[in-house]
Amino acid sequence: MTPAGLEISGGETALFWVIAPLMVLAALGLLFVKRAVHAAMCLVFVMVSMAILYIAQEAPFLGVVQVVVYTGAVMMLFLFVLMLVGVDASDSLTETIRGQRWIGVLIGIGLAAVLAGVVARAAFPPAVGLSGGDPGGIANPTALARVLFGDYGVAMEAVGVLLVTAAVGALVLTHRRRLTPKRTQRSVADSRIKALPDGVVLTPLPSPGVYARSNAMDTPALGPDGEQVPQSVSRVLRIRGQERPAPDIPAAELVETRVSAEEEA
Amino acid sequence: MDITNYVVLAAALFAIGATTVLLRRNAIVVFMGVELMLNATNLAFVTFARMHGDVTGQVLAFFVMVVAAAEVVVGLAIIVTIFRTRRSASVDDVNLLRG
Repeated sequence: MTPAGLEISGGETALFWVIAPLMVLAALGLLFVKRAVHAAMCLVFVMVSMAILYIAQEAPFLGVVQVVVYTGAVMMLFLFVLMLVGVDASDSLTETIRGQRWIGVLIGIGLAAVLAGVVARAAFPPAVGLSGGDPGGIANPTALARVLFGDYGVAMEAVGVLLVTAAVGALVLTHRRRLTPKRTQRSVADSRIKALPDGVVLTPLPSPGVYARSNAMDTPALGPDGEQVPQSVSRVLRIRGQERPAPDIPAAELVETRVSAEEEA
Repeated sequence: MDITNYVVLAAALFAIGATTVLLRRNAIVVFMGVELMLNATNLAFVTFARMHGDVTGQVLAFFVMVVAAAEVVVGLAIIVTIFRTRRSASVDDVNLLRG
């Protein structure tokens, strides 16, 4: 190896061989795991590992951006949408296109074979490394910023426009138009006042009757005129016919007190 | 270790992502497959940047990240809208354009 060439340290080798198989396993999890939330977790693992590999590969800025943008923003967005759509939304197993699964597997294996062939056949130049033996190094964010804002200034601005457009697009797409006017406290009060001539009561309904031996939902209260107040019993009980007539209760109490008085005597 | 190992890893992840897009029916998981493919290309970009000693690869990976973020925002908004009208997140149910 030439002095300017890249020497991959033993530590990086160990890191790679620990992380790479785990990454492939987690990525396969995306393929085989049933629930979407677990797939999202697998993808988070892949992305964090990818950030570690970036930092190992002399791209600390990209590593940090990877964590912030992908695991921090994108995957959280995925999880939010998963919660919105329903965590239990799993794959349907009916095939709408016959044999689609096997064709998909075949195409996937074919793509893997093509990529493997390309990687195996391609003649890569001897790796140089970003710092080039210079301890100051050019592989820091400063060098990246110089290229980004020097050579790619226009692209940078276009990307800014793209991000704003995407944000506006998301707002427009998820915007829901109101079909009915908004119900405010004011409008509710007005509508109740307006319904007053139709026999609607503004105040809360009277509570059920409270007697010496009975204090339950099904006993109507007695009005000042001695008549029952039907509204004091829940509407459900009234419709089911489960309300107890109020005059029964004082009579029953009277009988009970008489019986107990006789027993005492 | 050879630096091409990173390229092999990127190729493997890309293939897995593409297979995910082809096989899964849940639109959100399909979207995750797309994200995995984008990440794999980013890893290849970073590796090639290191291989050639040129930061431009990293700059391109950065742009891919930004575009991917925008794409995720719009894509997930579309999925949410479809879910609202169809009550389903399966790609099989979206067949209104079928002739």
